[in-house]
Amino acid sequence: MGELKLMKGNEAMAEAAIRAGADAYFGYPITPQSEVIEYLMAEKPYERTGMVVLQAESEVAAINMVYGAAGSGKRVMTSSSSPGVSLKQEGLSYIAGSELPCVYANVVRGGPGLGTIQPSQADYFQSVKGGGHGDYKQIVLAPASVQEMADFVKLGFELAFKYRIAVLILSDGVIGQMMEKVELFDQMPRLTDEEIKEKYPWATTGKAKGTERRIITSLDLDSLKMEKHNHHLQAKYKLIAENEVRFELFNCEDAEYVFVAYGSSARIAQKSVQLARRKGIKVGLLRLISLFPFPTKQIQALCDQGVKGFLAVEMSAGQMVEDVQLAVNGRAKVDHYGRFGGIVHSPEEVEKALEQKMIGG
Amino acid sequence: MTEEIIIAGFGGQGVLSMGKILAYSGIMHDQEVSWMPSYGPEMRGGTANVIVILSDERISSPVLTIFDTAIILNQQSMDKFEKSVRPGGILLYDPNGITHHPTRTDINIYQIEGAQVAADMGNTKIFNMVILGAYMKLKPIVQMEYVIKGLKKSLPERYHKLIPLNEDAINMGMKHIKPYHIVS
Repeated sequence: MGELKLMKGNEAMAEAAIRAGADAYFGYPITPQSEVIEYLMAEKPYERTGMVVLQAESEVAAINMVYGAAGSGKRVMTSSSSPGVSLKQEGLSYIAGSELPCVYANVVRGGPGLGTIQPSQADYFQSVKGGGHGDYKQIVLAPASVQEMADFVKLGFELAFKYRIAVLILSDGVIGQMMEKVELFDQMPRLTDEEIKEKYPWATTGKAKGTERRIITSLDLDSLKMEKHNHHLQAKYKLIAENEVRFELFNCEDAEYVFVAYGSSARIAQKSVQLARRKGIKVGLLRLISLFPFPTKQIQALCDQGVKGFLAVEMSAGQMVEDVQLAVNGRAKVDHYGRFGGIVHSPEEVEKALEQKMIGG
Repeated sequence: MTEEIIIAGFGGQGVLSMGKILAYSGIMHDQEVSWMPSYGPEMRGGTANVIVILSDERISSPVLTIFDTAIILNQQSMDKFEKSVRPGGILLYDPNGITHHPTRTDINIYQIEGAQVAADMGNTKIFNMVILGAYMKLKPIVQMEYVIKGLKKSLPERYHKLIPLNEDAINMGMKHIKPYHIVS
């Protein structure tokens, strides 16, 4: 058993970066995720493991530092909140095009624009449908606890290097700011330069005599080559869609209705399940852990099982609900409930919405 | 057993740190805990609140609107959270600065003169520990031993010499709590 601590989600994520053997963190502070860089600066990981922590001059600079470090095969991370993540989109598109591994976190706040500093889940479209330009995907993991804020950093680096892809840890002000008990995994060693050379034949680690030049780029003016590269990317995303779907089911065995939710909304909906079950309503919860890939097959299996309606619960005007609709494909009722713009819905509001939108409606 | 608590008052009263000590003591007790602060533009003089959940089971929602216990330390919080106590639940408040006292008859209401007791002890900073003591009198599940361990965990080493003072403050809180309205 690892070390047990009481930590904020943001702090757990920062500590996990050190323990996952990250080589560098580049970031720029913004509420509600500033504790990530605050914790790292206070913890001085450069003394513990040699990990670099640097406050960049802007979010744009930070993501381009990630691009550079990732290109040389280093384990590198950044984090921000909604307006800052919007600024990073150009870099993320380049990272996708160049197939670089990295982990980044978005502790989402209400938008659009500078919006508010309170929690929101309105960055779903940006996270799973691109965000930057071009046909690309990134793996999106949605932690629902402080424990998962830590664990998904480790998992994130594993997946990032397995597929040479950006992994986004998508949380929000609730998960980032709350404190819970967390069991931290043991310190993993950082890779040496020799190990990086050996493990990652694509990384720019210096040209040795008699070897090919390694180039990290997203540019190819030969469109046929670029189409081929895009086919390769799409094949990779398909492989990820087949192998990396993650979810959790609560009380779905006999469910007539199912809440579909992720992150803090999944925690809230879990309480709503308890409230509704006390009234005799057979409702369950499908908690999405990976948002890309989306658990389409699991939703179809619930349709096969006879679920009559799905209520997507998210702190947005209705984004994830579109993917639920695509998966359900007309076989059951689908609706959305959520407060947004920085307001967090209560378990009672969600339960009431179930009665009104699914059962009564 | 699950205990869902809201602590609400002014920023600077030690609302968040009191919640943190409760959460630490829950961990020492081998319980599941969550600590969800209101965050943002809070500062000394503004309002601050924190939701603390202690449970023997996995905790679902860290965000709640109904509580077993509300610890209320200013009028704004009274206006906001008196109605949020579950029927049969507890409202504990410091009457100092309260102009509209609680009127509910379906909950147990207690007063603790936290500000006064702390002032009499000569250190207004231990206000939150007096309040915590009053709460511990009501809910003996939170034990002194664990609170002291929690204090050691949450306070920087240089403040450990103040732990006996905090212990005294808790004891004073336990002594000075008085019922205001009890459900018969």
